[in-house]
Amino acid sequence: MVANAGPLNAPQTLRRAATARTSCRHCGQIVPASTSAADAAFCCHGCETAYAVIRSCGLERYYELRQNLGDTTPALTSDRTYADFDEPTFRSLYTRSSGGVSRCDLFLHGVHCAACLWLIERLPRMVPGLIEARLDLRRSIVRLSWDDSVVALSRIAATLASIGYPPQPARDRKAREGRVREDRRQLVRLATAGAIAGNVMLFAAALYAGMFDAMDPAHRQFFRWSSMILTLVALAWPGRVFFTSAWAAIRTRTPHIDVPIALALLAGGAWSVYTTVKGEGEIYFDTVSVLVFALLAGRFFQSRQQRSSADEVELLFSLTPSRARLVDDAGVRDVPIEALTPGVIVEVRAGDSVPCDGVIVEGDSHVDQSLLSGESRPVRAGRGERVAAGSVNLSSVLRVRVESTGEETRVGRLMRLVGEGASRRAPIVRFADRAGHWFTLGMLLLAALTLCVWLAIEPSHAVDHAVALLVVTCPCALGLATPIVLTLATGRAARRQMLIRGGDTLQSLSTPGIMVLDKTGTLTHGRLTLVEWIGPAAIRPLIAALESGSTHPIARALARDLAEPDAPRTPRVDHLEQTTGAGIRGLVDGVNLVVGSVPFVRGLAADPHALAERAGAFAADGLTPVLAAINGTVVALAALGDTVREETGSTLAALRSRGWTLLIASGDDERVVRHVGQSLGFLAGECLAGQSPEQKLALVEGLKSRGKVVMVGDGVNDAAALAAADVGIAVHAGAEASLAASDVYLARPGIATILELLDGCERSMIVIRRNLWVSLFYNVTAAGLAVAGMINPLLAAVVMPISSLTALGVSLRSRTFGDRP
Amino acid sequence: MSVLYIVVPLAILLAGAGVLAFAWAARSGQFDDVDSPAERMLHDD
Repeated sequence: MVANAGPLNAPQTLRRAATARTSCRHCGQIVPASTSAADAAFCCHGCETAYAVIRSCGLERYYELRQNLGDTTPALTSDRTYADFDEPTFRSLYTRSSGGVSRCDLFLHGVHCAACLWLIERLPRMVPGLIEARLDLRRSIVRLSWDDSVVALSRIAATLASIGYPPQPARDRKAREGRVREDRRQLVRLATAGAIAGNVMLFAAALYAGMFDAMDPAHRQFFRWSSMILTLVALAWPGRVFFTSAWAAIRTRTPHIDVPIALALLAGGAWSVYTTVKGEGEIYFDTVSVLVFALLAGRFFQSRQQRSSADEVELLFSLTPSRARLVDDAGVRDVPIEALTPGVIVEVRAGDSVPCDGVIVEGDSHVDQSLLSGESRPVRAGRGERVAAGSVNLSSVLRVRVESTGEETRVGRLMRLVGEGASRRAPIVRFADRAGHWFTLGMLLLAALTLCVWLAIEPSHAVDHAVALLVVTCPCALGLATPIVLTLATGRAARRQMLIRGGDTLQSLSTPGIMVLDKTGTLTHGRLTLVEWIGPAAIRPLIAALESGSTHPIARALARDLAEPDAPRTPRVDHLEQTTGAGIRGLVDGVNLVVGSVPFVRGLAADPHALAERAGAFAADGLTPVLAAINGTVVALAALGDTVREETGSTLAALRSRGWTLLIASGDDERVVRHVGQSLGFLAGECLAGQSPEQKLALVEGLKSRGKVVMVGDGVNDAAALAAADVGIAVHAGAEASLAASDVYLARPGIATILELLDGCERSMIVIRRNLWVSLFYNVTAAGLAVAGMINPLLAAVVMPISSLTALGVSLRSRTFGDRP
Repeated sequence: MSVLYIVVPLAILLAGAGVLAFAWAARSGQFDDVDSPAERMLHDD
C-alpha cells in the first residue's frame, strides 16, 4: 500500500546510516526486525531461552553485573539432550565417583567475564542435586560435583547449555593435571628456597656483625654450620634443577645459561663447606642460597607463562564436533565421532557443524565454510557436492556420506600442519643462552688466570679469590631480569587485550619485515552489511520484514540494515516462500514482494529502470547485488558487501612508513579482493585472491627466504600459515583456536592494535638490552675486583643482590606496553 | 649466650613449619587458580 506511492521514477541512493536499535535483552547485541511478537527483544532463539531460564531461577542480577563489565556475546544454546553424558563409556572416561558424589570437569564455551563466573557458580540453585560448581575463569573449565541419586549429568549439562554455555568434556585431563602438579611442585620448591635464603641471610648478618666485635668462636662456628646445613638443603633440593640441567647441557655439548649458574653454585658451595669444616676462611652460603631463590623465581615466572599457552592449545579440541548423528536401518542415532567409518551416512541438522568430510546424498542447504576457506559468503550445497568437517550447515537438514573422519579430514590435516608448524619452528637460540656459552668459557679462563696469578703472589688466598670471582660473576641478571621483563611485558600486553606467546615473538616484532594480511575479518568487518541502496525508502521496512523470516546471511544483513528503528509496528508477512540460493517472496502488508538474486527476480518481474544493469556494475566491484520487485516490477536495488574497517587505512599507512612490506592473501573472490586492495593503496601484484589454506602456507614458506614473515589472519583457515610464519598474529575475535597456532592473539577487532603491539615489542627489547648492559657492567666491575683480590664474602653478598635488584628495578619501571604501571 | 643453641634451632623449626604449611596449601590446590577467587569474592551475596 505504501510502496506504490513511493517516488518510483527517481530511484535515490541512500547511504546506510547508523541508527539506534533495540538491543537484545540477553546479550545486548542489535536485534534484527522480527515478524514475531512485537515485544521481542532477543537477537536469537538462544538468547531468549537463556534469558527465560535465568529469570525463572531469580538470577537476574547476572545482567546487572554484566552491565558493569560491558562484555557480551550471544548465547549459543542448542537442543542437544546430552544423553551421551550419562553413558557408561563417558562416565568411565571423564567422571570420578566416591560416596555417592560424582565429579567431572567440563569445558564451557562462551565464558568471558566475571558475570559468567557468578552465574555458573549459582547453578546449584537451578539444578537440585548439584552440590557445587566451581569455575576456573582463565581456563573456562567448570568443576562439578553432584549427587548421582538425585540428578544426572546430562540434566546439568543441558541446563548449562540452556543458559548459553554449551559444555564439552575437558578432554586431555591427564596433560592438564600434570601441568597443575608441576606448577605446585615449583611453588613448593620456590617457597623452600625463599625460607632458606631468608634464614641464611640472618645468620650472615650475625656473622658480619661479629666480624667487628669479638665473637665467641664457638658461636661463630655454630652459625657457620647452621648456614651450611640449610644451604646444602637448598642446593640439594630446590637448587638441584640447575645442576641436572647444566649436566644435561654438558653431556649434549649445548652449553646454556645453567652451566655458569651451576658452576657458581658449586664453587661457592664446595669452597664454603671446605672452609666451614676446616674452621677458618671465607663462606659464601648467603650468596649461594639467595642465588638459588632469585633464579628459581625467574624460572617460575617463565614457566607460568608457558603453561597458560599450553592451556589454550586445548581449545583446539573443541573445534570439530565430538558427536555425530548416524543414519542406519534403525533410524538416527547419536554416536561419538570415533564410531564413524567411511561409507556410512550421517545427518547434519541446520545449525550443526559437519562432523566429517563427505558427499551430500540428500538435502539442499547453505554451508558456512569460513572455517576452512575464509570465504565470507555462505556456499550452496546440494546433492552430490562435497562438504568438509567443521563447516556449519545453515539452512536445512543434510545427509552426508562419510568419506573421511578425524585426522584424515581437511580440517584434521590442517590441524596436523599446525602441529608440525609449531614443532618445526626453529627454536630461536635465546640470546641469554648464547651469551651463557661464551660467559662460561670466559669465567673459567679468568678464574684459572686468577688462581695462577695469586698462587705466585700469595698462595694461601689463591683459591679463595678464584671462588669469589665465580660466585660474584654468576649471570644473575641474565637468568632473572630477562624472564621478568618478558613476563611483565606479556602480562601488561594481555591487560591491553594482546595475548603474546613467548619472548622470541617480542624480539621478532621489534624490527620490520614482510607482513601478509588476510582480508575477511582482518581488514574488513567480516560480515555483510548494506553498502548501497537504490530505490524508494518506503519499501525498506517491507523488505526488512520479509527477510527477517530467513536465516540466510544476506537475509539477516538486509533485515538488520533496512529495518526502521522507531517503526510503530512491524509489517505483516503472509505466504512466505523461500527458494534456496535464489531469493524469497511473500505478501507483506498486502503487497506482493519478491527479493533475491538478479536472475531470480528478473525471472519474476519486469525491470523498467534497468536496475539489473546497475546490479551488474556492483557485482563487478565485488559487492553482492539484491533486487526487490513489487507487484511484478523491479523497484529497488540493494548491494551488500563486507566493508573495510574505519581504522584499517591509517594503520596500513603507519605500517608502511615503518618499513613493513605489506601483502594481502585472501580466500575470497578475485573481484572482492582487488576492490578492497585498491581502496587501501595496494598494487595489483600485492593482492592475492582465491588462496586456499594450503596456498597461503606455501606463500608464507616462499616469502621466508626473502626475510622475516609476519602473518596476520583470523580463524582456523589461516592456522597453518600462522604457524609457519616467523610470527603469526591472530586478530579475529572468537576464533580461539587460532591462538594455538599463532604467537599473538589480538582480542580487539581490527588491526589497529598491531601498531601498539609493535611499539610495545620494540620498547621491551630496549629494556632487555639495557638490562644486559647493566649486568655486563656489574660483572666486569666485579670480575675486576675479584681478580684484584678485593672481593670478600661481605662485598659479594652486597654486590650480587644489588646487581639483581638494579636489573629488576629497571625492568619494573620501564614502559613496555601501555602507560607506566 | 648459650640460649642461641636452643633459639636458633627453634627458629629454624618454625620456618620449617611455615614451609610445610605452604607446601600443604599448594598441594591441596590453593594456588591452582589465582584469578577466579579475586572475582568470586566481589559477587558473594
